[in-house]
Amino acid sequence: MGFIPHSDAERAEMLRAIGVERLEDLFQGVPDERRFPALGLPPPVSQPELAAEMRALAARNIALQDRPCFLGAGVYRHYRPATVDYVLQRGELATSYTPYQPEISQGMLQAMFEFQTMVCRLTGMEVSTASHYDGATSLAEAVLLSLAAASHRRSRIVVSPTVHPQRRQVVRTYLAGTSAKIVGDDAGPSCPTRRLVALVDADTAALVVQSPDFLGQFEDLREMSAACREAGALLVVATDPIALGLFEPPGASGADIVVADGQGLGLPPTFGGPSLGIFAARRELVRRLPGRLVGETTDAKGRRGYVLTLATREQHIRRARATSNICTNAALGALAASVYLATLGKRGLRHVAELCYHKSHYAAAQIARLPGVTINPQAPSRPFFKEFVVQLPRPTRQVNEILLNDFGIVGGFDLGEAYEGLSSHALIAVTETITRADIDRLVDGLRAAIR
Amino acid sequence: METPPIRAADLAPDGLPDRAVCVPTLYEISVEGRGGFELPALDVPPEPLPDGALRTDNGLPELSELDVVRHYLRLSQRNFGVDSGFYPLGSCTMKYNPKICEEIVRLPGFSEAHPLLAAEQVQGNLALMHRLQAWLADIGGFAGVSLQPAAGAHGELTALLMIRAYHADRGEQRRDQILIPDSAHGTNPASTTMAGFIAVELPSDARGNIDIAALRAACTDRVAGLMITNPNTLGLFEEHIGEVARLIHGCGGLVYGDGANMNALMGIVRPGDLGVDLMHYNLHKTFATPHGGGGPGSGPVGAARRLVDYLPGPIVTASPPIAGQPDPAFALETPARSIGRVASWFGNFGMLVRAYAYLRLLGAEGLRDSAMHAVLNANYLRVGLRDCYRVPHDRTCMHEFVCEGHVEGSPVRALDISKRLIDYGFHPPTNYFPLIVREALMIEPTETESKPTLDAFIRAMHAIAEEARATPELLRSAPHVTPTGRLDEVKAAREPILVDRAAGGRTS
Repeated sequence: MGFIPHSDAERAEMLRAIGVERLEDLFQGVPDERRFPALGLPPPVSQPELAAEMRALAARNIALQDRPCFLGAGVYRHYRPATVDYVLQRGELATSYTPYQPEISQGMLQAMFEFQTMVCRLTGMEVSTASHYDGATSLAEAVLLSLAAASHRRSRIVVSPTVHPQRRQVVRTYLAGTSAKIVGDDAGPSCPTRRLVALVDADTAALVVQSPDFLGQFEDLREMSAACREAGALLVVATDPIALGLFEPPGASGADIVVADGQGLGLPPTFGGPSLGIFAARRELVRRLPGRLVGETTDAKGRRGYVLTLATREQHIRRARATSNICTNAALGALAASVYLATLGKRGLRHVAELCYHKSHYAAAQIARLPGVTINPQAPSRPFFKEFVVQLPRPTRQVNEILLNDFGIVGGFDLGEAYEGLSSHALIAVTETITRADIDRLVDGLRAAIR
Repeated sequence: METPPIRAADLAPDGLPDRAVCVPTLYEISVEGRGGFELPALDVPPEPLPDGALRTDNGLPELSELDVVRHYLRLSQRNFGVDSGFYPLGSCTMKYNPKICEEIVRLPGFSEAHPLLAAEQVQGNLALMHRLQAWLADIGGFAGVSLQPAAGAHGELTALLMIRAYHADRGEQRRDQILIPDSAHGTNPASTTMAGFIAVELPSDARGNIDIAALRAACTDRVAGLMITNPNTLGLFEEHIGEVARLIHGCGGLVYGDGANMNALMGIVRPGDLGVDLMHYNLHKTFATPHGGGGPGSGPVGAARRLVDYLPGPIVTASPPIAGQPDPAFALETPARSIGRVASWFGNFGMLVRAYAYLRLLGAEGLRDSAMHAVLNANYLRVGLRDCYRVPHDRTCMHEFVCEGHVEGSPVRALDISKRLIDYGFHPPTNYFPLIVREALMIEPTETESKPTLDAFIRAMHAIAEEARATPELLRSAPHVTPTGRLDEVKAAREPILVDRAAGGRTS
């Protein structure tokens, strides 16, 4: 049963070598009355039976590849080149663990070093970690870093209300063990930049924004960065790595820390995870970074190689004084992102970003012609990337039901779930996987749904 | 063992590092203008791009698809996984990862499901999560489970924040200490600090248990809880677990179990039955999801009845089946006093699918069998090695044990022994942990390794002990079969190079 290779003869010989009679004898130290409980798991199945059972379970979900999907809000369908999964299935990589022994882990170490390099180039920052769990925990760690960088003498974190709602929730959870307070994110989604910037004061450790924000629009990072410099606070920017193929990186606008969720870089949605968290920063912050870092070095003969480095920041060395508790990260996700970025390359990623931009704008323009509909009512003139808001004359939930049942389309995110009073606002995502025909069908569907 | 010839480290004529020695980086093989990946042509009218916001260079390399495939294939050849060979890395449970789980997680119904679809559109996923919650709760002896934490340390932080919220609700904010044995994983004290508590270290006694007298003295009304790893990092079952839990509960604290070593206990004993109030599971250790070169993992947290309302949400709930329907309707709900979200969405769902499949293949009996054989293998190695490497706490161990990596009359250290093991085709054990054992080598074979593999490992360790006396330099200069020798970690930390210089300066 299971994956135990022992023959009866081998088992008997091993027990003899140890000096016990039965396997059960190895557990004398476990309290008698609690030993060998009966578990309620269902009886085991064979591999063919398992495959059938899992196919049946999977069939009870709507899979996005079956129909046009305009649902994004943090998880996106981008095309995934076949190279990505090919590399992910190499057992030497997938079944290894944290490369504590660099001489037999050069593959993963070099891949992580290259990941750090591509993240730095893409975000316009100087250092990058080897990954975090996801975009939300990257952001939470960035906030903790900014408190530590201010030696815990600043206690205010200004958070934009258009940072992804789940990311804001995770930041809040992570701050429960500190005395820091979050301000700013209780405003509605149309909070203008200047109101947010006005909240940054001498007690502020960080200003946290997202660009493109949760509603798809770009923030004016330069104005924010200037305000942070003046107040001595850090500017933490969450971004979409796909947008960085085409648009100016946050690093060029004065961001101190850039974080992102990397799911769009070659990973399937998989019901939200695993993804990977991207975390890049200015060089001055390197000794405060949370998590693994890979560095280049040489052996005694001068041959180049890679190792985990600056480990004195980390939990296995510094214990209670570590910069973070993180150990396991999202290395395989970072590998997927690396293969994705290497396969698409400079022109490919730019092309993906261009397609997202043009197709989403085409969709917005077509939808705008429908009666009773407004595009991006919260800030009509701000540029957007691949997502935009549609104010509908009916609740989004009802519209989405019609889109799915009558048109076979997965509609946009119901913003009423994220913001009070926006239950007739949908957040529509358009990636390069959407065709013009899909968009035209969406427009037809919306026209029918709001009639 | 024969030492292979040293390869030339000279630069190749094209100026790139010699390909026999190191794999050129993506940026070193990038060629400006090289054709890349093709996407469909634009099928809508183009929209003018906003002025001033565009970049001229996004900083990525330019490669052909074959360049990329060869690059990563060569990197994979310079890496060692469980699929490559024996990987007895203590406390990491490097067991075989069933290949069918990889096939299953790629079913489009799982891989292409969006987390914001309505509950009725993802009943398959919710059913899977609901069952997994129940099975994990059953295996650990808990009333409820949240699948959201993404890794073991993340589960620790989650549980500590729950402990904080629990005491705060009872007006006991003065409880600011977490007691942690000196054999604990580094993540325990690090998580403690992150959750705003003070870590207080407890000594171990001569048998490797928590020192009960020291614990008794530490049990005050400032104690919020205790973190205990059982079996502990010496691989020993905590003999006084009942007494430990009674003392902590007696002073008003909660007991947190670090589930990293749960592989020894599946179907053997339920931590919840021993007084543990909260515990994380490592699906990437105990339930055979691949370690991925360092992640993703998955660290669900189980909670006793009085703590389930504090679990991070949402978790999956089931309503009774409607008449005539075979299944209940599954929904997502956040517990009443939840500490909130600890990650996006529902945790690392892909890992949950693999763990679910693994549990279906094994069932209750298979789980117990796995734990028993993990313990059998560890004890077999222990008795096979103790004649040449001292085992300081030499009693029946659980799934792993710790020996001292030095040899009488030889200058070699644990690290030298580990590096020499690479030459013999094995991944080294965990080195220098736990901190309380001199020159520690922490060895965890797991149940999926066969007797011939274990015998080969024992023979290699004996041969290395011989070499340590006769030719210590052979160990101190090991490994000899890898593309590079021992790498200079001091240099790496002193002058950190964290970005490939071939990638050029900052982008625009």
